[in-house]
Amino acid sequence: MRSIRALTISAALAAAGLAGVATAADGATKTGPKAAETVHAVLTSPPQVPPPTGRNKPAKVVVELEVIEKELPIAEGSTYTFWTFGGTVPGSFIRVRQGDTVEFHLNNHPTSKMPHNIDLHGVTGPGGGAASSFTAPGHSSQFTFKALNHGLYVYHCATAPVGMHVANGMYGLILVEPPEGLPPVDREYYVMQGDFYTVGKFREKGLQAFDMQKAIDENPTYVLFNGSETALTGDRALTGKVGERVRLYVGNGGPNLVSSFHVIGEIFDKVWYEGGTHFQENVQTTLVPAGGAMIAEFKLDVPGSYVLVDHSIFRAFNKGALGVLKVDGPPNLAIYSGKEVDSVYLGDKAETLVAVDTAAKSAAAGTLSQDEQIAAGKALYAGTCSVCHQDSGAGLPGVFPPLAKSDFLAKQKSEDLIRIVLRGLTGPVEVNGQRYDSVMPPMSQLTDDEIANILTFVRNNWGNQGERVRKDEVKAVRAATPHAEGAAH
Amino acid sequence: MNGLLALVLTAALAAPGAAEPGWAKLPGNPAFRSVLAYEDTRDGVRVRPFELMRTPVSNGDFLAFVKAHPQWQRGRVAAVFAESRYLQHWAGALDPGAASAQQPVVQVSWFAAQAYCEAQGARLPSWIEWEYAAAADETREDARQDPAWRERILRWYANPSSRPLADVGSQPADVHGIHDLHGLIWEWVDDAGSLLMSADNRDQGGADKLQFCGAGALSAADRENYAVLMRTAMLSALQAQDVTANLGFRCARDLAGATP
Repeated sequence: MRSIRALTISAALAAAGLAGVATAADGATKTGPKAAETVHAVLTSPPQVPPPTGRNKPAKVVVELEVIEKELPIAEGSTYTFWTFGGTVPGSFIRVRQGDTVEFHLNNHPTSKMPHNIDLHGVTGPGGGAASSFTAPGHSSQFTFKALNHGLYVYHCATAPVGMHVANGMYGLILVEPPEGLPPVDREYYVMQGDFYTVGKFREKGLQAFDMQKAIDENPTYVLFNGSETALTGDRALTGKVGERVRLYVGNGGPNLVSSFHVIGEIFDKVWYEGGTHFQENVQTTLVPAGGAMIAEFKLDVPGSYVLVDHSIFRAFNKGALGVLKVDGPPNLAIYSGKEVDSVYLGDKAETLVAVDTAAKSAAAGTLSQDEQIAAGKALYAGTCSVCHQDSGAGLPGVFPPLAKSDFLAKQKSEDLIRIVLRGLTGPVEVNGQRYDSVMPPMSQLTDDEIANILTFVRNNWGNQGERVRKDEVKAVRAATPHAEGAAH
Repeated sequence: MNGLLALVLTAALAAPGAAEPGWAKLPGNPAFRSVLAYEDTRDGVRVRPFELMRTPVSNGDFLAFVKAHPQWQRGRVAAVFAESRYLQHWAGALDPGAASAQQPVVQVSWFAAQAYCEAQGARLPSWIEWEYAAAADETREDARQDPAWRERILRWYANPSSRPLADVGSQPADVHGIHDLHGLIWEWVDDAGSLLMSADNRDQGGADKLQFCGAGALSAADRENYAVLMRTAMLSALQAQDVTANLGFRCARDLAGATP
């Protein structure tokens, strides 16, 4: 009993003593260097990025970041209890300028179960701030640092067990602008990859629990951009217009995997690899380390849906690492035309092109049968359409609509289908109950024969039923289609 | 001397207990392997036999306490013993409101928990006692090597804390007849104030080690045991007057006749 008493008294004294010291220190030593201006940092949720600081001298910047533990969707119909900086995964984007004095407030929401802290890779000092920001639920910590180095930096929680806090989504990016700022661009976006470990399987419905053993084994259930399989698809796709310059701030929270970041159909004009000072030019795929970041810039030349992937490609197609950048605008046929059919895919599948030849000969002789059309259409589909709609016709949920058992397809008349192939299809459609908002480019380089065969194949496969499409029907629609002449090659 | 004492205690345990229903007897462990690395106990920590409440203290229990001890009522408690959010989820000082009598009491400070236990002629369990008790599952005294034990704890962390707390005792009892050591709330321990996890848990000793030299816990011995590390991290984040929405307590006491 005596020892308990002693503890009670010493703890009480310690608490009182600490309070006294803090009061004295507030007035004297804690104020730091005199800053000309005090500003409150604008924080944004992904994929948005705060506006440039626009300052030509350092300021004192106050950052208020709140930690909230909340249940959020990880995939369609599946949720996960994420631990977040600012209510999102990744956490809020912070933007300051080199030389700024940053007064950082970390507020842990009272409903939190866990204590948390923050380690900012842009901080010079013990633990990157972690040693000064250990914060119990319902408490707030403050520390101040000077942004000595410019660059794009990851921040993350570093509370025990660190791996679990990171695996639950506790990371984000802080950009320290160089003194001269960054060159203006038309659009800036914030994308961060992370790997997630759930007890349930990929896309299993309901609230999913964290699986420690999978995390230790580095065997993720999900690899995601911005914390959800649907964070950057459908209505939430990134957008741009032809002619614009885009800058992506891309981080990788890990906890385990390194990202081979790639945008299908784009070449990065510049990549500030590892978020540092120098850039590389003309980059296809760039490595983003776990706990690292990079900046990529490129110009949008051709309309269409550009798919962001981790090019460790099973992660993209089987674990969710997919996002879409949807670009609208007039086609630029000098840059993108005709390539699709001629090169790679046909080479691989040359054998099957016998069916195309056969169909062409029968068509010339006037004896073309539906079966010949289907066989030819199948080969042509594999060369042209399967890249997006997939060999199985299943498409990619949320990104490319399915053709298999498609209610959308069943409703279209022959001339509508022909028009879609010739002119492309942009904007929202609903297919089998799911909304898609992508861009299908015009496929007018295909001949009338080819289109008739492809559509006949699609209409008579994967549980679809429909009439065969004839060459003269295609010809009629093409004649009424304004882009037809220029597009054909 | 020690041998004799152990013999006496074993005899006491073996005797059919006329124990009160709310309390469970634990046999102790002469060399318990703690998740914390104590400086002076390389071969395990001795846990003497003791008694532990079968369930955490409930709102109903705590209401009776503050009625009998008005100095611990919300609004009357000294600020140094409990911060402003002490029992704030109750409707009034003597009215738990929506908090049901069977839910565990939370939003209580270490000082209040300690006073409650003292009023029962008991005390808060030490961290080692709590950790030793919590190593059990339904069939084993020490189930910590079983991944299923760890998974069960981690599942609790995955539950959002926006959902209401379950009633005390609604999970199955462990091999000692104790409920809810995992899966319901955090619990205060007597020596919470000396559980000094480094504020940056990635430190593997180094400079801060000296700073904490006099205290019990220096660093974690079993770094893979994430589930228990969470508890020490949580407790070391708190001051004795702090309260949180998921933190309650239960009491322990020495066996009658045991040497303190």
